[in-house]
Amino acid sequence: MPEMTKELLNKKDIERITSRIAHEIIEKNRGTENLCLVGIQRGGVHLAKRLSEKIRAVEHFDIPVGSLDIALYRDDLGIRKEHPAVRKTDIPWDITDKKIILVDDVLFTGRSIRAAMDALMDFGRPAQIQLAVLIDRGHRELPIRADYVGKNIPTSRLESIEVQLEEDGLEDKVLLQTKQ
Amino acid sequence: MKDLVGIKELSKDVIELILNTALSFKDVLKRDIKKVPALRGKTVVNLFFEPSTRTRTSFELAEKRLSTDVLNFSVPTSSVVKGESLFDTVKTIEAYGVDYIVIRHSSSGVPHFIAGNVNASVINAGDGTNEHPTQALLDAFSIIEKKGSLDGLRIAIVGDILHSRVAKSNIYLLSMFGTNIRLIGPSTLIPDMRQYGVEVFYDMDEGLRDVDAIMMLRIQMERQGKGFFPSTQEYFKNWGLNMGRLKIAKRDAIVMHPGPMNRGVEIASDVADCPQSVILDQVTNGIAVRMAVMYLLSGIKDNG
Repeated sequence: MPEMTKELLNKKDIERITSRIAHEIIEKNRGTENLCLVGIQRGGVHLAKRLSEKIRAVEHFDIPVGSLDIALYRDDLGIRKEHPAVRKTDIPWDITDKKIILVDDVLFTGRSIRAAMDALMDFGRPAQIQLAVLIDRGHRELPIRADYVGKNIPTSRLESIEVQLEEDGLEDKVLLQTKQ
Repeated sequence: MKDLVGIKELSKDVIELILNTALSFKDVLKRDIKKVPALRGKTVVNLFFEPSTRTRTSFELAEKRLSTDVLNFSVPTSSVVKGESLFDTVKTIEAYGVDYIVIRHSSSGVPHFIAGNVNASVINAGDGTNEHPTQALLDAFSIIEKKGSLDGLRIAIVGDILHSRVAKSNIYLLSMFGTNIRLIGPSTLIPDMRQYGVEVFYDMDEGLRDVDAIMMLRIQMERQGKGFFPSTQEYFKNWGLNMGRLKIAKRDAIVMHPGPMNRGVEIASDVADCPQSVILDQVTNGIAVRMAVMYLLSGIKDNG
């Protein structure tokens, strides 16, 4: 069966979206006080770094950026045949009483975000957790929504979204793949 | 992969995966909350047919930090003393619904036998004189932590190689990674392992020249008086690691020991406590490596 691939976002689109989200974060939080960014491995980590650069360009302030791996907090470990690779978690500051912007590339069932919030809680007691995503593709299985959304893309469960980023040696783009 | 019975049964890729995963678990051990929910709801039995405090404690901590429920089953308190066969003991334990069996036994091959007879994942915590795979994995992890890699290193393993499952597992592992292995000890305690590309030295001063790491082995006191070596004093004189001998190795060589140490028999006290000693790092790393192994063995009931 042939696979159909459609480009949803190109490099320019992603650039504009991250700029807008950076501004929204500053606006909603009235500045950068107490803010920190935590990206979910892997795509979210790259996006969190980009957001921090955009925010610095506007506010002239370096927001700390951390990375979070959620493998050990997943709810499907007992179901999967193979356990997922454990990547680096690096949050080298105390998150207690901080406002954390959790960053991920694609928001789907919401289960990764649930795992990420549980993982964060093991590091301390943040004042607030907000969520920024590049793509929201729907199909939520948990009561979770994003505070900042790059683009809403209604999808079917048979489709898959692929976010490619330069940090991984690819051209910036978001693809929708349909199995026919 | 269901079981970890020996290094011999592992590929280089799997060993690298375990060591990389252990790196993430080492980070977990540095946090305030040193526990992750990865194996919540799983049950582990530590089945020790041979006395052990260190390995059992290390496994137990690893298990608890993965949120498993832990059962300890040791020989003096079990029905084994009432004459139950190994097979029946294991089958009974399996009927409790356990997901992992960590086993130590004085006979070689017992973990392999059990692995073939149960659905639970079996982890070898030392079988006779055969293997102690998690020790070799934590030793490799500790060397890489200090030296960056295993490739091209010169590593001396000193002592009773013949009876040491730690040495055997280490030799199997290091020989896969392009390491130059030297075995040092009395001729009565060095088996023929030429097929793994080892070099043998009966003279310690000669063997230690330019090595990057020295792995000391425990002299098992019960071997004394059986003709393997004259006395512990004489052993220390010929094959004990003292400060003078340490200087023969590379200046930044690390000193390792699987514990428990016999100070003044195989290793001098000041060597054990010197800055080149990584003996306590090995203890910490053991927990991270065992967590990685348990996480990676899927523990799923039906994957045979």
